[in-house]
Amino acid sequence: MQTAYLLLIPLIPLLVFLVLGIFNKRIKPAVSGYIGVAGLAAATMLSCFAAFQYFFVADKVNGAYQTFIQKTAWMQFTDTLQVDMGIFIDPISVMMLVVVSTISLMVHIYSRGYMKGDAGYTKFFAFLSLFTFSMYGLVLATNLFQIYIFWELVGVSSFLLIGYYYTKTSAVAAAKKAFIVTRFADFGFLVGILIIGYYTGTFDFEALNNPAGSAIQNWAFTSTFMGLSAITWALILIFMGGAGKSAMFPLHIWLPDAMEGPTPVSALIHAATMVVAGVYLVARLFPMFLFVDDGFVLQVVAYVGAFSSLFAAVIALTQTDIKRVLAFSTMSQIGYMMMALGVSGFDGHEGVGYMASMFHLFTHAMFKALLFLGAGAVIHAVHSNYLQDMGGLRKYMPVTNFTFLVAALAIAGVPPLAGFWSKDEILVAAYENSPLLYGIGVVVAGLTAFYMFRLYFGIFWGKNTRYAHTPHEAPLSMTIPLVLLAFFTSVVGFIPFSRFVTADKMGFEAHLNYPLAAIAVAVGAAGILLAWLFYKTENDLSDRFAHAFGSLYLWTSHKFYFDELYLFITRNIIFRYISAPIAFFDKKFVDGTMEGIGNKTVLLSRKIMSVQSGKVQDYAFGFIGGVVLLAAVFIYLWTF
Amino acid sequence: MDILSLFVLVPVLVVALLALTTGLKQARLVALAGGLLQFGMAVNLLFAYLQERAVNDAIFVFTRDIVWFKQLNIHYSIGVDGISVALLLLTAIILLAGIFISWKIDDLPKEFFISLLVLATGVYGFFISIDLFTMFLFYEIAVIPMYLLIGIWGSGPKEYSAMKLTLMLMGASAVLLVGILGIYFNSIAGGGALTFNILEIANVNIPYEAQLLFFPLTFVGFAVLGALFPFHTWSPDGHASAPTAVSMLHAGVLMKLGGYGVFRVAMFLLPAGALEWSWFFIILSAIGVIYGAFAAIRQTDLKYINAYSSVSHLGMVLFALLMLNKTAWNGAILQSLSHGFMTALFFALIGMIYSRTHTRDITRLGGLLKVIPFISAIYVIAGLASLGLPGFSGFVAEMNIFVGSFQQEGLFHRVATLVSVSAIVVTAVYILRVVGIMLMGPVKNEEFLDLPQATWYETTGILLLLLPIVGIGVAPLWLSDMILKSIQPFIQAVL
Repeated sequence: MQTAYLLLIPLIPLLVFLVLGIFNKRIKPAVSGYIGVAGLAAATMLSCFAAFQYFFVADKVNGAYQTFIQKTAWMQFTDTLQVDMGIFIDPISVMMLVVVSTISLMVHIYSRGYMKGDAGYTKFFAFLSLFTFSMYGLVLATNLFQIYIFWELVGVSSFLLIGYYYTKTSAVAAAKKAFIVTRFADFGFLVGILIIGYYTGTFDFEALNNPAGSAIQNWAFTSTFMGLSAITWALILIFMGGAGKSAMFPLHIWLPDAMEGPTPVSALIHAATMVVAGVYLVARLFPMFLFVDDGFVLQVVAYVGAFSSLFAAVIALTQTDIKRVLAFSTMSQIGYMMMALGVSGFDGHEGVGYMASMFHLFTHAMFKALLFLGAGAVIHAVHSNYLQDMGGLRKYMPVTNFTFLVAALAIAGVPPLAGFWSKDEILVAAYENSPLLYGIGVVVAGLTAFYMFRLYFGIFWGKNTRYAHTPHEAPLSMTIPLVLLAFFTSVVGFIPFSRFVTADKMGFEAHLNYPLAAIAVAVGAAGILLAWLFYKTENDLSDRFAHAFGSLYLWTSHKFYFDELYLFITRNIIFRYISAPIAFFDKKFVDGTMEGIGNKTVLLSRKIMSVQSGKVQDYAFGFIGGVVLLAAVFIYLWTF
Repeated sequence: MDILSLFVLVPVLVVALLALTTGLKQARLVALAGGLLQFGMAVNLLFAYLQERAVNDAIFVFTRDIVWFKQLNIHYSIGVDGISVALLLLTAIILLAGIFISWKIDDLPKEFFISLLVLATGVYGFFISIDLFTMFLFYEIAVIPMYLLIGIWGSGPKEYSAMKLTLMLMGASAVLLVGILGIYFNSIAGGGALTFNILEIANVNIPYEAQLLFFPLTFVGFAVLGALFPFHTWSPDGHASAPTAVSMLHAGVLMKLGGYGVFRVAMFLLPAGALEWSWFFIILSAIGVIYGAFAAIRQTDLKYINAYSSVSHLGMVLFALLMLNKTAWNGAILQSLSHGFMTALFFALIGMIYSRTHTRDITRLGGLLKVIPFISAIYVIAGLASLGLPGFSGFVAEMNIFVGSFQQEGLFHRVATLVSVSAIVVTAVYILRVVGIMLMGPVKNEEFLDLPQATWYETTGILLLLLPIVGIGVAPLWLSDMILKSIQPFIQAVL
């Protein structure tokens, strides 16, 4: 398979970024919008072409999809450790190319309408391109170090875009928080990479992931720490990096705040692409996670994922900011993907979890982006993020209403929409592995359906709010992406994913598990029904319910006080109890000592100065005294 | 005339020419011509070196040796390897940028540029010397103009700061001199004559006891200039009072003399001492890395923040050198270069912000991104580079340091490495704090709304510094190759 043209996929957005960034003010806003969309359209066409070539045209070897690599040396660390820059073509990277391209293109088109009239229009498109470039680089990375490099770059793009409305104090705080929390996670990631590099002598995915290779075979022979091998620790730390990016508990605190960014950004970065980078990372190193230490770390992944999924779904029940509901929903769905990876095996149907995780990543990107873009259209129309300012919007915004409903049904797992298929596979994988995880999965499915329809009814039905300005349907540039995404959401579930994206790259036939599917659909329907009772028309059922749960309601609506914990750590511990004492210590003691030496020298010189009094008597006394003293010393030395 | 001696001679000639000028316009024109000439020479040297290196594998090339003081066997002995070539280029670029940034200096311009060029002469001389005595001499030449530059053109408590800086550095030189003399008097151990020549001494096995005694003296003597904890306190006060161009040259170049000297003299000539003492200085430098970063979180004066950031970043240089392997050393040199460009850029930007707003207190600034977008955007970029974002030089340097220090097994080295790596988080905190408070947020002061944008000379200065940061960050391989080749003979001496 020809791979050289694939280099263009990341390079086009990079070029767009450079052009828009450097000639920022000299380009008319309208033009910069077109440049951005055109660049992404080109990259998207190339991605789709690449996917077609890879899955349908390129030869398979022994029934398995091949890996194509093209790379060049970037940095030589030691004689053996080298870092390359390049592209790595295998089923999951090709799939991710399609996801990133599609969503990014939709968001680009949408932003032309959404950001219209904004002072930083060109800058916005420049940042979007920067992000897309970085995300392509991450997806296509050939080695751990390259993925880390682009990992940081998507992090900084996310920082820049969250803080896009930089005169708003809350946006600035959110951007900082996102960067610092993920940076903390990346500290673990980096240490993990260092350990891997030291013990295996390579960063290359191809060498690391080879089940018969030394990295996997020799994990037990590395030194141990607290009962776990160094490689096990490395994987835990790498997962820490992934958990930070993918907002897994307890590193999730940045994601809800990240909603301060413009809504298209939330759709692209904080719903569809960047936040699933952690899932992608685990999938990328899947053989290592699976075979090292008999899958110990994979168990960790499964339980962290399941817990995050449940935790976020519970919080999403009570949030009133619609973007935050979606943010917690994202966290919950990513937890689902992590859980699916965590329960997966390798060969054939054993690897259904891996396949389901990637499948869900794919479908989730479509319907979650759609939900966010729909929410953006709503926010655009009513100028508020809060449910209490909405209601009855179905009359004013029919397209948004319809597409939002499609997405909500999809995420609730209603057949035949995309979410149904991928969620079913995840539940199958969990069911075959552990009853507990399966139970959590089912509960989360019910919760998801409930909070999502609470949102839907709250926005488009419910009370008939009187609006100061009559809300309007969004312009075409915004509704076209909505309709397209709604279309994708309806059809992508029928893609026979298990033939294309599997852990062993061989493909297998997945079948619908009817009993499990029926349970999932029933639970989802129950959630929808409950929401219908509570929120379809204005009533006080939900308030009575909230009242009945009292403190639990309070805790969930405060997101279990994790933000307060974060503030306590940064403001009190780091700022007040570490930095301030260090600054004080530096001033008083370290500098004080130097100062003291200086002052003592001055004092001493004053004392010596007073000897030079200018009085002849003093000098005469000194002279005679000195002679006497010297004489005494000499006499002493000579006589003894 | 050989290609290297020009680096000492040209600044001296420019100084002489400057003495003849009157007024700002003449002075800055001569200074600019001189700066451009030196920049050209440094670029030329880089290409000449790469050509020469292809055919010549001596440790130093373009060598020249003139007997200077026969009785004590002192020579004017010069030569360069890849490391000194890179550092000469760094010096020339920062000097040129400094001249651009000082375009409007109205207070005694002639004398200012003269002092600046004398400082540069000392630095150039230091980097080309392979004779310890000559090296020490140039070192002193570089340090002394600092006193005048801060004392006369500085701001705030400038006399105090100038005095503090000079006294602490002089104190360090005294210690260093003892170390160098110790090396000198032990250079006879091989049976030859007493010598100051680095290469000759390297062939001599200096007695173990002498190495144990003189390594810490030499190390500390140099490392004080590299802001070794706890001898770093001259740097925040010194930087805060110094005028912009001086801060740039000082933090950008002069502080690099410390790490360079440690590597070239202390480690190369006293390897056994280095092995024995490394644990002690690893502790100090690792403390410096994390301590400087935490101290920076609490500062409100931009220059203090940058000074403490330098303590942290240069602590990393010393830390890497003490790890005693090729990768870490490569990282140390790259970090020296990278920090040089970054910190000079920071000081240039701080100078621009200060000259417009008349304050460096971040709590009194806010929303600058809206008012002076170009300067602010570059500040954000510099900040991102400083916190080790990929695509900028700092990342390449730090990764070499971390991978290198991870090659050292054993709990002690591992813990020290983890402490240093954790600085990447703390650095992000203090950088983003400044960005958040000063550049983002609402505009705090109505008067700021009509601040002038960057002028052409400011933009030129900024770009001169920014391009190498990006260049090294994007394509580090050629530079790292050049440095690695030059490290080889030095690392062999230690192992």
